Amino acid sequence: MTNSWTDIKNADVVWIMGGNAAEAHPCGFKWVTEAKAERGAKLMVVDPRFTRSAAVADHYSPIRPGTDIAFLSGVVNYLLSNDKIHKEYVRNYTNAAYIVKEGYAFNEGLFSGYNEANRSYDRSSWEYEIGPDGFAVRDLTLENPRSVYQLMKQHFSVYTPETVERITGSPKDKFLKVADWVASTATGDRAMTIMYALGWTQHSHGAQNIRTAAMIQLLCGNIGVPGGGINALRGHSNVQGITDIGTLTASLPGYLAMPTDSEPTLESHLGKRTFKPLQANQTSYWQNYRKFYVSFLKGMYGEKATKENEFGYNWLPKLDVAYDCLRMFETMYQGKTNGLICQGFNPLMSIAHTKKSIAGLSKLKFLVSIDPIETDTARFWENHGEYNDVDPAKIQTEVFMLPCASFAEEEGSLTNSSRCVSWKWAAAEPYHESWRDADFLADLFLRIRKLYEKDGGKGIEPLMAVDWSYKDPLHPHAEEVLKELNGKALVDLKDGEGKVTRAAGQQLASFAEMRDDGSTDGVQWIYTGVFGPNGNLAQRRDNSDPSGMNVYGSWGFAWPANRRILYNRASADPDGKPWSEAKKYVFWDGAKWTGADIPDYVPTLPPSRGAGPFIMNPEGVSRLFARGMMAEGPFPVHYEPFEAPVANPLFPKIKGNPVARVFKGDMEVFGTAKEFPIVATTYRLVEHFHYWTKGVHANAVIQPEFFVEISEELAREKGITRGGWVRVWSNRGAVKGKAVVTKRLKPLKIDGKTVHTVGMPLNYGFIGEAKKASPINTLTPPVGDANSQTPEFKAFLVDIEPISGPVA
Amino acid sequence: MNMELSRRQFLAGSGAGLAGTTIAALGFGDVESAHAVSIRPFKLAQTKEARSTCPYCAVSCGMVIFSAQSKSAPGKMEIVHIEGDADHPVNRGTLCPKGSAALDYIRSETRVKYPMYRKPGANKFERVSWDFAMERIAKLMKDDRDQNFIEKNNDGTTVNRWTTMAFLSGSSCTNETGWLTWKVARGLGLLQLENQARI
Ligand code: SF4
Repeated sequence: MTNSWTDIKNADVVWIMGGNAAEAHPCGFKWVTEAKAERGAKLMVVDPRFTRSAAVADHYSPIRPGTDIAFLSGVVNYLLSNDKIHKEYVRNYTNAAYIVKEGYAFNEGLFSGYNEANRSYDRSSWEYEIGPDGFAVRDLTLENPRSVYQLMKQHFSVYTPETVERITGSPKDKFLKVADWVASTATGDRAMTIMYALGWTQHSHGAQNIRTAAMIQLLCGNIGVPGGGINALRGHSNVQGITDIGTLTASLPGYLAMPTDSEPTLESHLGKRTFKPLQANQTSYWQNYRKFYVSFLKGMYGEKATKENEFGYNWLPKLDVAYDCLRMFETMYQGKTNGLICQGFNPLMSIAHTKKSIAGLSKLKFLVSIDPIETDTARFWENHGEYNDVDPAKIQTEVFMLPCASFAEEEGSLTNSSRCVSWKWAAAEPYHESWRDADFLADLFLRIRKLYEKDGGKGIEPLMAVDWSYKDPLHPHAEEVLKELNGKALVDLKDGEGKVTRAAGQQLASFAEMRDDGSTDGVQWIYTGVFGPNGNLAQRRDNSDPSGMNVYGSWGFAWPANRRILYNRASADPDGKPWSEAKKYVFWDGAKWTGADIPDYVPTLPPSRGAGPFIMNPEGVSRLFARGMMAEGPFPVHYEPFEAPVANPLFPKIKGNPVARVFKGDMEVFGTAKEFPIVATTYRLVEHFHYWTKGVHANAVIQPEFFVEISEELAREKGITRGGWVRVWSNRGAVKGKAVVTKRLKPLKIDGKTVHTVGMPLNYGFIGEAKKASPINTLTPPVGDANSQTPEFKAFLVDIEPISGPVA
Repeated sequence: MNMELSRRQFLAGSGAGLAGTTIAALGFGDVESAHAVSIRPFKLAQTKEARSTCPYCAVSCGMVIFSAQSKSAPGKMEIVHIEGDADHPVNRGTLCPKGSAALDYIRSETRVKYPMYRKPGANKFERVSWDFAMERIAKLMKDDRDQNFIEKNNDGTTVNRWTTMAFLSGSSCTNETGWLTWKVARGLGLLQLENQARI
């Protein structure tokens, strides 16, 4: 989230699309209800189903799964062609005025630089024109035909309300009402928040869904202001924190990058990341990358990291290729992975194309699951009839199912989707024979190290170099580890005049204190301050709201630097004055930046210096034109899902996202609209959390079984009765369940054709207390977003038929 | 008396402690205190209160978890009740159907109780000791690492990677567990390291 759960209360318009907060995030949705009740905010929901969020909305529009970009681009076109944008914000705080260099082009659905053979782009033409002073060229009148603003007007002009209706099935009047409400916030005194979740990410063009939404927010001036923002509601309780830590194939903690084969030295890695400003006087905060990187290495390798050995850079493994979870299962499927540890993870349920997952798991030599409850993955080798039809005798995998302490039986910090790090305390010792995750990791690591010490072996040096100097090495204490994330001074840190600003051994108060000479450590720079000289701020529990704007600045610690709204300098105009009294938040008081929040800006830098509010970008402004940052192009384009009921109405020759990665052999597993005419989507139930609570009695009782939700029209067409059994199948497999016939789904007219959508909850499997069901991902296609590789779970093709139910 | 405020001030910086002490700190006079105690004597007087967080979605609602001496396992604390944390600015005491049932998760029948082991080709798990499991896992990992660890690539660049081993890191774990996971996984040379962020 750029903003926070409690900040939703400051919104005038709430737009939920690609999510269903009322059911998936109920206690956060409360802030939508508050905004409606207390300030008369309007809620609009765009969703394939009339969800419970839609049920309390002031306006609802249906949409065909997988066509969000067409809808959102329609809104962009509406704002631009009716000139309903926040002009001053757009001119000064986005790259609308930047001139794009010659060579950039967009034709027939593709940008300049496309290479069909390897399904990727040479992105070099997606750049700014650079002037003789070395800075990017701008035209603040926005009139230059190669300015981002003019290129956008042209690019989005095809997304007329009629085209939006033709592609998405959203009736024109319903679409226009959404566009109109969005436009009502482009005024500086009103704000709109956008709330989304996996309904936007789980597409082969998921990242571009979110980018298009962010563009709308920038055009309206809704980023950096209270009640605004682009807010990812997110999944697991600490998925924000774990993503910040970076247990992702290509990540280091704090959004630093893993070294790759082409970066043999520390300098070659850092040299590519100098982030020189592209405009005069810009902050370009990533210029500090090297300070964060070296402090990380000092944390990872301790005293062994020295200037002479490049702070241990070469001990880190180097990436040959990014092993995102889809590639992980592909690699396993190819028999190239021998061992897998699942920590609170049930991949057999959560990865696309279950048949392939089972085949992959069966090729492992060993599988370790450490989880508080039994998972389907840990029992993948067990025969569960039609729900998991395997022959144990043929599966040679050694499996360990280890008991883990539950959330209530350990202490430590978590980061919610508002980026707020807060502490939890243990309520009891681990139940049964369970261990805490930390103890399992410590035991495993030290055991392996001991084996190497005793018997020798390959790669000893990098293994032994890791700093593990915890007070009790077998049981690292959570506070000790949080301190390590924060970082400390390793020698006395002095300012220019030789005055000691931070004594050796003291915790750092801010990442601004980090240095690149090895005199500080701290593995997670964005968290620095959480455990500074004043102790563990994650434990703060002061819920006062001094500004009255629902900003709880003394509750926990929000990264970075305890800021609650990111880019908040943009809540004031270029002179530092609030855009309006209603949205007064962070402003210049003549000597410094002040207001309800910690300024996301150099606190004493006067507005006259002209540094932009988007301090992480070398331009100082946000990017309507993404430059080379996105795999499929600098502007979003409507691409159909890989399995779609119609050919792309705009660019009929293009199938799916032209740069999405498809593994060899996987192109064949896609079904066609001829064989599979019905669109399917998956969703979560309010009573269940993922594949987890099917193992919890109360949840299993209140929502006991899998079902298939279909429209009355489809039921009539197929002869399906309410509560009758149906079989749903895709080109990859079939599932069975009872039919729930509702008015919540309606057929839509797409490009002249009637298209039905079925919806299925994903929360069921063959292990647990709920009734057994085939995993939902039996149906889903193994293709991911071109940037994030998030699988396309939300739009694929199936067929459906009534069947006779199981004999009771 | 502003009860809200004094409660908040007291609780600032105090996540765990005997619930009984909460009452004294609220600043009631003797009469009020006696009255308050009489309303909820059992939960408050005999249980320990810990501030925690709902394990499920990323609203991360604050919870108060009450535990008491276990009757079945003397000397151990047992969790007896969970409610929303009224002081938490996000959920303000509320919990949804998932969070409200979290007690059932803690004491679920489907909890893994002991280390379990399945031999190749077997059709059941058997109970083993932690030491057996950990020793065996460490051995399997070392053997595979010795066979497949790559110190230098074909160009002679030091790469220190072990690509035949994978780790899926849980996104409900604490930040501290997350960092220890990173450290262990990368320390061993793993590139196949992922969490639930993409799915
Ligand atoms: S109680 Fe419900 S809304 Fe709150 S964190 Fe848990 S699952 Fe999310």
